Amino acid sequence: MIEVQHLTKRFGSFTAVNDLSFEVRPGEVLGFLGPNGAGKSTTMKMLTGFLPVTSGSVRIGGHDVAQDPVAVKRQMGYLPEGAPSYGDMTVLAFLRFIGEIRGYHGAQLRQRLLKVVDQVGLQQVLKQPVHTLSKGYKRRVGLAQTLLHDPAIMILDEPTDGLDPNQKQQVRQLIANLAEDKMVIISTHILEEVSAVCSRAMIIAAGEKVADGTPAELEARSRYHQAISVRFQQPVNAAAAFAALAEISEVDELEQGQSYLLFPQPGARPYHAVNALIEQQGWEVDTLHIERGRLDDVFRQLTGV
Amino acid sequence: MNTLFTICKREFSAYFSTPVAYVFILIFLVMSGVFTFYLGNFYQRGQADLLPFFNFHPWLYLFFMPAVAMGLWSQERQLGTIELLMTLPVTLWQAVLGKFLAAWFFAGLALLLTIPLWITVNYLGTPDNGVILASYLGSWLMAGAFIAVGSCMSALSRNQIVAFILTVVVCFVLMLSGFPLVLDVFRGWAGEGLLDLIASLSFLTHFEALSRGVVDIRDLLYFVLVIVVWLVATTQVLTVKKSV
Repeated sequence: MIEVQHLTKRFGSFTAVNDLSFEVRPGEVLGFLGPNGAGKSTTMKMLTGFLPVTSGSVRIGGHDVAQDPVAVKRQMGYLPEGAPSYGDMTVLAFLRFIGEIRGYHGAQLRQRLLKVVDQVGLQQVLKQPVHTLSKGYKRRVGLAQTLLHDPAIMILDEPTDGLDPNQKQQVRQLIANLAEDKMVIISTHILEEVSAVCSRAMIIAAGEKVADGTPAELEARSRYHQAISVRFQQPVNAAAAFAALAEISEVDELEQGQSYLLFPQPGARPYHAVNALIEQQGWEVDTLHIERGRLDDVFRQLTGV
Repeated sequence: MNTLFTICKREFSAYFSTPVAYVFILIFLVMSGVFTFYLGNFYQRGQADLLPFFNFHPWLYLFFMPAVAMGLWSQERQLGTIELLMTLPVTLWQAVLGKFLAAWFFAGLALLLTIPLWITVNYLGTPDNGVILASYLGSWLMAGAFIAVGSCMSALSRNQIVAFILTVVVCFVLMLSGFPLVLDVFRGWAGEGLLDLIASLSFLTHFEALSRGVVDIRDLLYFVLVIVVWLVATTQVLTVKKSV
């Protein structure tokens, strides 16, 4: 379990992280969301023991990071921002170094290396120096490094940053497959990623926690939550009729009346009323669905400019 | 212990992953040859010893060792790998010591490659091999002191060139602290005791005794102590730099 209590980090007079408390249980994938400079990376650096805390405490797997950093680091895999690695080493030499530091040798080390190389797909580039690799491969080398000792806790700082859509998908799949009994914290500012891999999301702005919940709970805070999106086969002049419904607070007319976005009154579920109106008027519907809510909307609302 | 060895091994082989190491060693060997045979009048002296060779070591090291040590920490910081290294299950001391040892062994390797000179004097005459062995030991210890200073300066800056220059300056002062150039700065306002202390810190005085074959335990201890002090300073610099 990861227990973070009243975590605060100040650099001089600047407060990067302010009184942050949360817990992560086995099986959870926690997504850190927040604008650049919100304190995501600083928080991660404190969790991994790289940065000392100004105040507050971090306990991971029963060990206090400040008291017993090596014990914490042993059970943790950490991918720092930008996935740094020793560029002059070949992929194999680099992973072997990490494995030896993690206490593996001989047949066991070989077996771990084979496993992780297979997991992230590095067979093609094992003999190449890391600095000659593409961005995607470098990121995978970084992931291999964090996975090598099959850690119970993984902290990944922007694991998919700079990858192409296929690679992003692969990495997300990898994280999703891993997560069953592990504790994973990933930071990202790609919101679709949160819905795709996280079981919980935390939004941080200016060093403070502004929201914490499952992706669905966060989406429910969006004004798009329970909104109705409707698209007709022909443009229809329906704005006034929709606006007249008691459950609807606002109507957005799009594509010259061919489609509409209908926002509900707070707490209302306007689907039936809208559907009834459409039936009654005999409008020909192309698509009609209920919006789940939009994370980017919640994100902007909470971290807003 | 294993961790220390693993770090040391990685650092040591890192020297050879680029041609820099070979160029370093080549320059070192050429320079020690030039110093010994031309400036040191190896042949003209008509004596079978390596004194002219060792006499120039402090000056050779003044530029060679900072170059060996400059990358130890500044490169880690520049590449961001310091975050990787320090979040592996490694203590600060293991990292500092492992890196230092790697650089020190690299210097030792360069020194070992000068052994043909030793063979040459043995071919030309009958030198006192005990003296030569003591000189090699002293020279390697002095190299360690230079590298320990370099390790600390490298921890101070993310720029290798800055680390190099700082190391050269600090080592130059430490080398000459027994000479008027440095002592005059303190003379007049510092007490006699302090002057003696500063003078006793000189690399050159301690190395001179060793290079003449006088193995005094105090000279050996001096270099060991200098190494320890600067490595402690390295850990302190890294700790302070981390929290700001």
